[in-house]
Amino acid sequence: MWGYFLKRILLMVPTMFGISVISFFIIQLPPGDYLTSLLASMADSGQTVDPAELARMRATYGLDDPMALQYFKWISGIVLRGDFGYSFEWGRPVSELIWDRMGATLSVSMAALVFVWAVSLPIGIYSAVRRHSIGDHVATFFGFLGLAIPNFILALTLMYISYKYFGQSVGGLFSPEYVGADWSWGRVWDLMKHLWIPVIVIGTSGTAALIRILRANLTDELSKPYVVTARAKGLSEYKVIMRYPVRIALNPFVSAIGWVLPQLISGVTITAIVLNLPTAGPLLLRALVSQDMYLAGSFILLMGVLTLIGMLVSDLLLALLDPRIRFT
Amino acid sequence: MTQLEMAQPEMTQPDRAQEPVLTVRNLSLDFHLRTHILHAVREVSFDLYPGKTLCLVGESGSGKSVTARALLRLIDAQAKVSGGEITLHGPKGPLHLHALASNSREIRAVRGGRIGLIFQEPMSSLSPVRTIGTQIVEALLLHRKMTKAEAKAETVNLLRQVEIAQPEHMADRYTFEFSGGMRQRAMIAMALACDPDILIADEPTTALDVTTQAEIMDLIARLQAERGMAMLMITHDLGLVAEVADHVAVMRWGKIVEQGPVDDIFHSAQHPYTKALLAATVRLDTAVKRIAPNRAGQPLLQARGLTKGFGATNWRGKKTYEIKAVDDVSLDLWPGENLGIVGESGSGKTTLGRMLLRIVEPSEGSILWHGDEGAEEVTQMQRPDLARYRSAVRLVFQDPFASLNPRMTVKQVIADPLVVAGGMSDAALDTRVAELLELVGLEQSAMERYPHAFSGGQRQRISIARALALNPRVIIADEATSALDVSIRAQVLDLLLDLQKRLDLSFIFIAHDISVVRYFCDRVAVMHQGRIVETGPAEQVCTAPAEPYTQSLISAVPNPDPRDRRMLHRTRFNA
Amino acid sequence: MEKASQIPEETGPAISPLRPGEDASKIAVSGQWTLIRQKFLANKVAVFAGIIVILFYLVGLFAEFLAPTSPTLAQPRFTYAPPQSIDFFVTDESGERHWQPHVKGYTMTVNQESLRRSFVIDETAVIPIGFFVEGTPYRLWGLFEMNTHLIGPLDASKPMNLLGTDSLGRDLMSRLIYGTRVSMSIGLIGVISSLFIGVVLGALSGYYGGWTDIVIQRLIEVTSAMPTIPLWLGLAAAVPITWSPLTVYFMVTLIVSLLAWTSLAREVRGRFLALRDEDFVTAARLDGSGQARVIFRHILPSLTSHILAVVTLAIPTMIVAETALSFLGIGLKSPVVSWGVLLQDAQNIRTVATAPWLLVWPAGAVVLTVLSFNFLGDGMRDAADPYAT
Repeated sequence: MWGYFLKRILLMVPTMFGISVISFFIIQLPPGDYLTSLLASMADSGQTVDPAELARMRATYGLDDPMALQYFKWISGIVLRGDFGYSFEWGRPVSELIWDRMGATLSVSMAALVFVWAVSLPIGIYSAVRRHSIGDHVATFFGFLGLAIPNFILALTLMYISYKYFGQSVGGLFSPEYVGADWSWGRVWDLMKHLWIPVIVIGTSGTAALIRILRANLTDELSKPYVVTARAKGLSEYKVIMRYPVRIALNPFVSAIGWVLPQLISGVTITAIVLNLPTAGPLLLRALVSQDMYLAGSFILLMGVLTLIGMLVSDLLLALLDPRIRFT
Repeated sequence: MTQLEMAQPEMTQPDRAQEPVLTVRNLSLDFHLRTHILHAVREVSFDLYPGKTLCLVGESGSGKSVTARALLRLIDAQAKVSGGEITLHGPKGPLHLHALASNSREIRAVRGGRIGLIFQEPMSSLSPVRTIGTQIVEALLLHRKMTKAEAKAETVNLLRQVEIAQPEHMADRYTFEFSGGMRQRAMIAMALACDPDILIADEPTTALDVTTQAEIMDLIARLQAERGMAMLMITHDLGLVAEVADHVAVMRWGKIVEQGPVDDIFHSAQHPYTKALLAATVRLDTAVKRIAPNRAGQPLLQARGLTKGFGATNWRGKKTYEIKAVDDVSLDLWPGENLGIVGESGSGKTTLGRMLLRIVEPSEGSILWHGDEGAEEVTQMQRPDLARYRSAVRLVFQDPFASLNPRMTVKQVIADPLVVAGGMSDAALDTRVAELLELVGLEQSAMERYPHAFSGGQRQRISIARALALNPRVIIADEATSALDVSIRAQVLDLLLDLQKRLDLSFIFIAHDISVVRYFCDRVAVMHQGRIVETGPAEQVCTAPAEPYTQSLISAVPNPDPRDRRMLHRTRFNA
Repeated sequence: MEKASQIPEETGPAISPLRPGEDASKIAVSGQWTLIRQKFLANKVAVFAGIIVILFYLVGLFAEFLAPTSPTLAQPRFTYAPPQSIDFFVTDESGERHWQPHVKGYTMTVNQESLRRSFVIDETAVIPIGFFVEGTPYRLWGLFEMNTHLIGPLDASKPMNLLGTDSLGRDLMSRLIYGTRVSMSIGLIGVISSLFIGVVLGALSGYYGGWTDIVIQRLIEVTSAMPTIPLWLGLAAAVPITWSPLTVYFMVTLIVSLLAWTSLAREVRGRFLALRDEDFVTAARLDGSGQARVIFRHILPSLTSHILAVVTLAIPTMIVAETALSFLGIGLKSPVVSWGVLLQDAQNIRTVATAPWLLVWPAGAVVLTVLSFNFLGDGMRDAADPYAT
């Protein structure tokens, strides 16, 4: 088990490297570097910059170094000192800006993941066991619909409905009086009141996908001989299904974190922009539009790392759940 | 008399002291499919007696498995019992199983409690994610009043009874850590955990090697005798029937065509189907031996020191381990000869066959081919020569369904080697394909059809026609008949022998089935763990083998004659 | 003893037909595509979805003719005008009903407090409409000078906005129809370029093997590990604002397909490798077929139907990606019209409250398209292997 754990972590290293290269590539993508952007914006506001100062800044940021060296400086800064570079739009180090936002992204994603599991597990089992029943058809239909509605359209629709019929605006994670307040039961309750819309919006497509996967897997498992064996022992139908096929069909369910999590983080990004949540998404978009590339790159890097960790966790959970993986 | 027997089997055995423990009367079962109703079981009647074994024999699709499962009401939702009675007799009076709902408390008490069930595939019939122990404990807790600790102790005890070494330890293992034979033992332990009156064994040894099969049947026979259980065994193997059955019922297309004591069925069968089935089985054992060809001149194919190692290399390119699938094998094939290669699963016989054609590249060794152009070294051949060699030495695959491209018509399949070889007009191709079809006993109309329109035996004929298209000298048949039912198997073997006479062919016949090899081959090489342990004339190897491994293998083969049961007092071999 | 031989010899398993099945002899000579077609046609939902997809593409193809007017034609007099409905009869002064397809005109009211104009349907103003009317001139596919529209007001100067108008008074129906062309084609072109990237990289990976293979496989792994939307955002934001709409269109397509090819490549590669080990492929090699013949004669025919299904299922992802990017303002931009660009107008919840049609119609089009593609692709995937049991 420990060997397996170690192997998984080692396998992550090259992927992690790849993700950091992609993030750095995106930082470098817009024409010019961020000093040129800085100059442009200063010129807009009528300021001028001393050429000597400019040269000094170029040297500090290593803007004239070869690409590989620049990448090395950037990534070593992050790994060794937690220095993600400087956001010129905010005039602050990136590291001061991102952690709150990433924390919120993570919490909303986790909440959505819990929602996805809690909803899809019972419906998936029901659908597989009562195949072609009315309930199954209803679930399948909503599953297809859930897969077909893009997150942001669902978010807009829910916003419109709640605005029109409940007369309230549903953006954000907190009501104005709780923003920045200390944690209290009231604040938690307020968070819950706001969280359900983003969670439903983000979780719907994942739920639909998982229901389909669980239904297909469980249908396969239900026809396996070991199910007949379990019945032949004299177990009741409920126990037969829960202890045997469901136990095995759970494996794809757990490994689903691996691909549901990137999907959820993607979903949070765009949904957050529509619903104006204090997560990474809106800030990332703003950074991208204003070409505040170190900030944007850091977000992309961290989101990538987050999904990798999610995959690692799912692999480990799967190994715990399935002895066949643990022993090979 | 036979008619009467079938209607009222219990009257034909007035001398039986005991009452039946289970009676089945006129059981009928329908499958409601999308376009039609399949009457899978029709008016089936039989009895099971304590301590006695009834074998239900039939070829695939005869309805024998469904019948067995219907006794426990374990049938798919699309199957409906359309009539008949199933009665379980016991000290508390008769219990009418057919009247119980399929998930009722009463039937659940019978399942596992009074009737145990084991299947063909021990791997897939146990859950892979729970330990063997927990699965047996579960059965014990269901039917016997025990605490968990008692059940655990009883589980170890049961595993010991089925001769699993270190039972305390093995109870905490998972199925994939067990070998095939051990899994089936564990399965038996589970089925017998609650001391049932009846054991239903559905092809319990079909997935196992003959030696393992013999061990499992030994075990079942011993446990049956100890406990006085009735057994219903389902099998397609008449040899096995002769070894273990007290009574036999022969099924075909959902009906029992004939039933009676095992000796009557084997020695005075009445129904033409039973006779045909027996003939197909017995003939393989009793047929007059072919006269082996003279070994004149050069062998066609000479393999020397062939070795194939599978292994992993670590990141520095060093070998971490190596398994030798084939280890230093040498053999000769003479013109006109049928060379059999026999071995159990994992003995390396298939890898050997594939190396001879270089589908698998040999790690070491040489293959010398004496074709029309003198002696050539096959392992050194490059593409045009290799293609020429492969047109002279052809392969017939085991699986008649996977080896034909489903997207091509039969004509395209058979003509494919000819098309690649080139130089034939469309009309010439047509004539040649027609000729080949006739050769393998198929009609001309088959040409435009797709493989999905044919049965397993017919597909194997198509494969043979494809192999013959290029006028080969040698055909390597890799388990070519093992996927076929026994009656079809004999037909295909006869076809091959007939073709050999007409076309001057030589065969390398790879098989696990000794009786088929004995019937078909002149000379046999026995493989064990990658090596050839014995080579000799077929008759001698199959009746009086010299090596201990071969002796144990041959003596484990069931003999289709209930008057000469040899499997149960066989020679054992410990390697 | 004698009786035994009198038992009638049966010739096969007992079967009672429920309804006349397909003729067995016909199935025997049916090839792969016949069987696939039969299996697909049996799936009514998939067939229906397929028809809808085709209709959408036809709408995109004949956008100029189908749209009542130009998508960019602003009507400052009718901003946020609500949808009109079509009536077929008019009642004249004498109370008689005449056949006259028409829509109702608008009256404008000004809210005195906010000074905002709003329009309501004026039940008395009748604007006659008809088929094949003359209206705004256009060039069909940029080639043919025409001015006939499928449907429109008989008097071109009168307003006909069946789906309402936007903030500049542009006709939503015309914009939606033109948007169909852009959005649907992005899906198609995106899938084609995805497939192209996948095939090229897959071939490279297979042909050179070794390090190339390892690098490409790692690349696939890394890209599929990235959350797609942040990555899309990053790439799309780098597209310079100064580029022409057409270049932006192709860049966006490229970006969308750049990240979708990995799943396609993985699926195709997996199937290819599985087929390579099938017995019938080994048999073909033994029959003397070379590498190319094995691939093109034996493997690809088995693969095509699967590839088609996978591709169909990939199209909606691309459409949604474009819509999302454009919606966020970093994909396509005005004056190009796509569903995403249309949804940009619905970003503000107050706008949606005043003019819900700006959300309903484009969003409906996206959902219907994605739904249809999913059903169609599912049906195709189920039918793709007619030999599976």
